[in-house]
Amino acid sequence: MATSSASAPVATLVHGLLRVATCGSVDDGKSTLLGRLLHDTRQIADDQLDHVRDVSERRGTALDLALLTDGLRAEREQGITIDVAYRSFETPRRRFILADCPGHEQYTRNMVTGASTADAAVLLVDARHGVVAQTRRHLAITALLRVPHVLVAVNKMDLVDWDGGRFAEIAGDVRALAETLGVEDVACVPVSALEGDNVVEPSTRTPWYDGPPLVTRLEELPPESDDPDGPLRFPVQLVIRPLGEAGGGRRYAGRVARGTVRPGDAVVALPSGEEAVVAAVETLDGELAHASAPRSVSIVLDRELDISRGDVLCRTGAAPALTRELEATICWMGERHLRPGARLLLKHGTRTTRAIVEDVTERLHLQSLLGAPAPDGLALNDLGRVRVRVAEPLVADPYAESRAAGAFVLIDDATNDTVAAGMITSTTG
Amino acid sequence: MTLAPIDPAAGPAISDLDALEAEGIHILRELAAERERPVLLFSGGKDSIVLLRLAEKAFRPGAFPFPVMHVDTGHNFPEVVAFRDRRVAELGERLIVASVQASIDAGRIADVSGPRSSRNQLQTVTLLDAIAEHRFDACIGGARRDEERARAKERIFSLRDAFGGWDPRAQRPEIWDLYNARVRPGEHVRVFPISNWTELDVWRYVAREGLELPSIYFAHERSVFKRDGMLYADDPVIERLPGEEPFVTSVRYRTVGDMTCTGAVRSEAATLEQVVTEIAATRVTERGETRADDRASEAAMEDRKRDGYF
Repeated sequence: MATSSASAPVATLVHGLLRVATCGSVDDGKSTLLGRLLHDTRQIADDQLDHVRDVSERRGTALDLALLTDGLRAEREQGITIDVAYRSFETPRRRFILADCPGHEQYTRNMVTGASTADAAVLLVDARHGVVAQTRRHLAITALLRVPHVLVAVNKMDLVDWDGGRFAEIAGDVRALAETLGVEDVACVPVSALEGDNVVEPSTRTPWYDGPPLVTRLEELPPESDDPDGPLRFPVQLVIRPLGEAGGGRRYAGRVARGTVRPGDAVVALPSGEEAVVAAVETLDGELAHASAPRSVSIVLDRELDISRGDVLCRTGAAPALTRELEATICWMGERHLRPGARLLLKHGTRTTRAIVEDVTERLHLQSLLGAPAPDGLALNDLGRVRVRVAEPLVADPYAESRAAGAFVLIDDATNDTVAAGMITSTTG
Repeated sequence: MTLAPIDPAAGPAISDLDALEAEGIHILRELAAERERPVLLFSGGKDSIVLLRLAEKAFRPGAFPFPVMHVDTGHNFPEVVAFRDRRVAELGERLIVASVQASIDAGRIADVSGPRSSRNQLQTVTLLDAIAEHRFDACIGGARRDEERARAKERIFSLRDAFGGWDPRAQRPEIWDLYNARVRPGEHVRVFPISNWTELDVWRYVAREGLELPSIYFAHERSVFKRDGMLYADDPVIERLPGEEPFVTSVRYRTVGDMTCTGAVRSEAATLEQVVTEIAATRVTERGETRADDRASEAAMEDRKRDGYF
């Protein structure tokens, strides 16, 4: 048989990708909301729905859409959600990746994981209960991780008789809380996930609400781009040595973390401080006139420098001072307590270096983010502030300026476990 | 190289396929930098064809920093095996074929027989033996989170113990794009650069990149027989039961696996555009429609992953 070649023109979507963290527990109706979202945007295939119907019947329950989203045997047996699940859906306007964060078990660790890559977060609130401790924790983590947009789905509006006054009250509480925590963009949507109101289709039962349904809001959020006008940070992942003479010189391969790189840019390689000019920004498909985050490219310089993995290319004159000591807010995810003096590995960008946690200065309240002394260090799922010294200098920015240039993880080299997510608050040489 | 123009009006935002591609390239480069002995698992299917393309994007004009390996059950579609050899040769990269037949001949595993037998499960032993023999510490695979519920919870860098097993309750948190590829001796990490892609993303990417696929993905006349609502190839490797009469019809394959567990769908879609149109309109998942291995039980995929399957 002849092999068919792919050359037919097929429309490619160009409407962009939005990563969304969904946070809440089964009690808030989160599984139902996700099921509704996937169902009403026609993302659930017939065999998946048949499967849910079969299992629901065998257990003698009503159609349980949560079965679509509980992936592991232990979750189905115990009726809980253990781990962050990633699922995709799309509308004619946008492609979405949902990071579904469980509300109960290990919620801090899971929510930090889901929120770390999110452009937006959807938090669930039960209209009967309003803002509760869990809402405060979820909003605090979205603030800490600097998720740019937060949508609060006020669910089970059917159970409060579509009371616009109740919704306004909850929306007021959410706004006040968001202000205290420093969340800039927050909006509330009254929904009934069970009956489908204001999830995908607008509701006729909320005449007092003049905003669009949840999905429309997600479609209309401005596309996220990681700071194209900011100072260039290009962490080198690896050096490509072309095969044969014709391949030309070395390429420095990586992903733009911040800013934009263009041919002709004067750059400095840190930490060495050697300078060069960008000769080309390459991809397999050709040279680019410019590349911003999050593109993966290869950079050719006008001269060969002694550059290796972990080094960072910056625009000359817009490079930060090297960091040897930093202060950071961390979420501790290790089984053992973190105490001052701990020796760990720190991965920032493409650099992994030895690090010492010199001090655990504060433990943060999970709902208010207010600090208090931490005489016992930090336990699993604690948030806290630490001071860290690194063996090799870092090219870092505060997390408030750039998520990519200000984030790190800590790894325990005895177990190889990832034990903390860190956000740099200040740096010193 | 030619200059690829960028529309200034489009601004810095990039398309969804470009974002997924950039993520895949980043993942491959991180792995290549952090592990000494990776291998890319290539089945000849569309997902691993996309992986090869991403590897070109990540490492050209250099060589791939890893060989390409196919676990051959001996019951693969001949068209796919021929495609595999040609594609890897075109790339000028090294191909390793780990053979289930060789594992059987060496007495490592017993062959299965009978009408409902499949060598699909036997692949795991051959794969783990090849990992040990070549001392691989990382395997790059084309699994996607949209394929199956257990996969939706798996990390992009997913640790395997010395027995190749996956422990879903002991996964490392994966935060930002700061992947942890560290392993202890004997362990390895499975890496899935297209975790966040859907079946439709893969087809769109195949179309955009003009990637060649094995012919069985397109409608062709084939002698098939019906079993459990699926159409199987009429081939000596599958023993038919009484009443399972073969007939010739126009079919295509939606996934490429072992002949004994991969079903065809009736289709007249002979071009890529027609296939993408059909996929976009279909109401059944690819694994539900054409993979017998996932129909075994409610947790079939999770169980196989715990045992070392990819």
